[in-house]
Amino acid sequence: MGMTITEKILAAHAGRTVVEPGEFIVAKVDVVMGNDGSTAGALAVWKQIGAERVFDPERVAIVFDHFVPNKDIQAANLLTPVRHWVRQQAIRHFFDEGRTGIAHTILPEQGLVGPGDLMVGGDSHSCTNGAVGAFATGVGSTDLASILALGEVWLKVPVSQRFVYHGTPGPFVMGKDLILATIGRIGIDGALYQAMEFAGPTMSGLSMSDRLTMCNMAIEAGAKSGIIAPDGITLDYVRGRAKRPWRVYASDPDARYAALHEFDVGDLRPQVAKPFSPDNVVPVDEVAGTPLDQVFLGSCTNGKLEDLRIAAGLLRGKKVHPDTRMIVIPASQWIYTQALKEGLLEIFAEAGAAVSTPTCGACFGGHMGVLGAGEVCLSTTNRNFVGRMGDPTAKVYLANPAVAAASAVRGVITVPEAEGPA
Amino acid sequence: MRDPAQLAPHVMEGIDPEFTKHARPGDLIVAGKNFGCGSSRETAPAAIRAFGIDCVIAVSFARIFLRNAVNIGLPILECPAAARAIRNGDEVEVDVAAGRIVDRTTGATFEATAFPPFMRELMAAGGLVPYTRRRLGLV
Repeated sequence: MGMTITEKILAAHAGRTVVEPGEFIVAKVDVVMGNDGSTAGALAVWKQIGAERVFDPERVAIVFDHFVPNKDIQAANLLTPVRHWVRQQAIRHFFDEGRTGIAHTILPEQGLVGPGDLMVGGDSHSCTNGAVGAFATGVGSTDLASILALGEVWLKVPVSQRFVYHGTPGPFVMGKDLILATIGRIGIDGALYQAMEFAGPTMSGLSMSDRLTMCNMAIEAGAKSGIIAPDGITLDYVRGRAKRPWRVYASDPDARYAALHEFDVGDLRPQVAKPFSPDNVVPVDEVAGTPLDQVFLGSCTNGKLEDLRIAAGLLRGKKVHPDTRMIVIPASQWIYTQALKEGLLEIFAEAGAAVSTPTCGACFGGHMGVLGAGEVCLSTTNRNFVGRMGDPTAKVYLANPAVAAASAVRGVITVPEAEGPA
Repeated sequence: MRDPAQLAPHVMEGIDPEFTKHARPGDLIVAGKNFGCGSSRETAPAAIRAFGIDCVIAVSFARIFLRNAVNIGLPILECPAAARAIRNGDEVEVDVAAGRIVDRTTGATFEATAFPPFMRELMAAGGLVPYTRRRLGLV
């Protein structure tokens, strides 16, 4: 009987030739990520353990993203001991403000995660890293502390579901729309504890940016991980970045899946997830005209260079609607710098958008664009639960960057075609 | 995380407000499907352990509860047959390492789904922190 790509990667890291869904394994970790918040939490457990050194400083990445630049006094005091610990441990892959980004953007961008890796991160959106053909999942602070010390994690092998996409997406239809349509079909518990494997002819033409967006939101269907088997596009992206050797795995033709889903994306419209759930999905046309107080372009879901280019293309020479605020946050310092050189930040600034250095702040209602009572926001992020971006009565619509840009100009949810050709 | 000892008086109160009046340290919880569903916090199994519950036997466990229970050292066993057969007040003997459950009141014996050796070692150590300490040679 064949194995899925996920089972093969897990077997290889557990020193086995075969693993079965449902069994418990101990697996070697290639790279472990902690962000500012989760590393601070793990350090409390680290002290209880009494550990002295991380298992391998080269395989640890600490990325400050939630509370940078230091959000307030409490955040500043939370992060100071983490900064000291990172230096004491001689961790080179440390990303602090001015040189950071959102962890799930930084790891693939800096080549810290590669095909065939087993990656574990102290954040639920760690599944993003599956886009390079790695097994990647999120853990809590107790696990994170133990993994930092041992370089191992215990896991229950997840069963996989296979999602096969056919057809060529139309103008302004992006990876975000494919994953929203998928979550809309299977629901927020549609892949609980399972691995989501994205495949099919459409994927072969999909950019790494779109693939990262799709794997990013696997957790929004309850999945443990999302993964896309590496192809030429993956390897073009990985070459020149990867800090370690990589290995390409693929699912066997006779691998077993809990379910198989087919999608025809040829006539898929840009999708919007309405409040208050990422599976409350409709075509953008159904909610067009909804007035907006704020538009947010950014996050580990859609703050990548390609996302900014598409939005800037629609905003060039235009102004954000006077009744609407727009916030743009590039997802990494590298993206910020590239967007600056390409003139994208100038387009956003001249349009009247606030442009910030990289941070997760706005996405989780932390800082840099918190919503007030009753406010309505269209956001390129991944979650729109009650209170996610601020006041519990605020409403968040999730959409792709093209919808965000067109909607910022009109001040209402807008189909992207209304603001120009793709 | 709040001190589990402070949470112990509230253990299971959402399902049975009288739970702490009837239960005693050393008791077992026998439960149905998806036990622990709805909590992603380590405080849920930590409160059960702090109250003095020795083991939870269930038809199945919610995945985050299972992970947290193992990590904080609350012994758990998945055994649908035992979970369905054992009655409130039965005297039950459990060998967590062997996965053996004996209902002394009825004489029935059950075999739980076996955990692999490292999982048993982890649970026997009292959770992930003491297990990691042991692996690092600190104890």
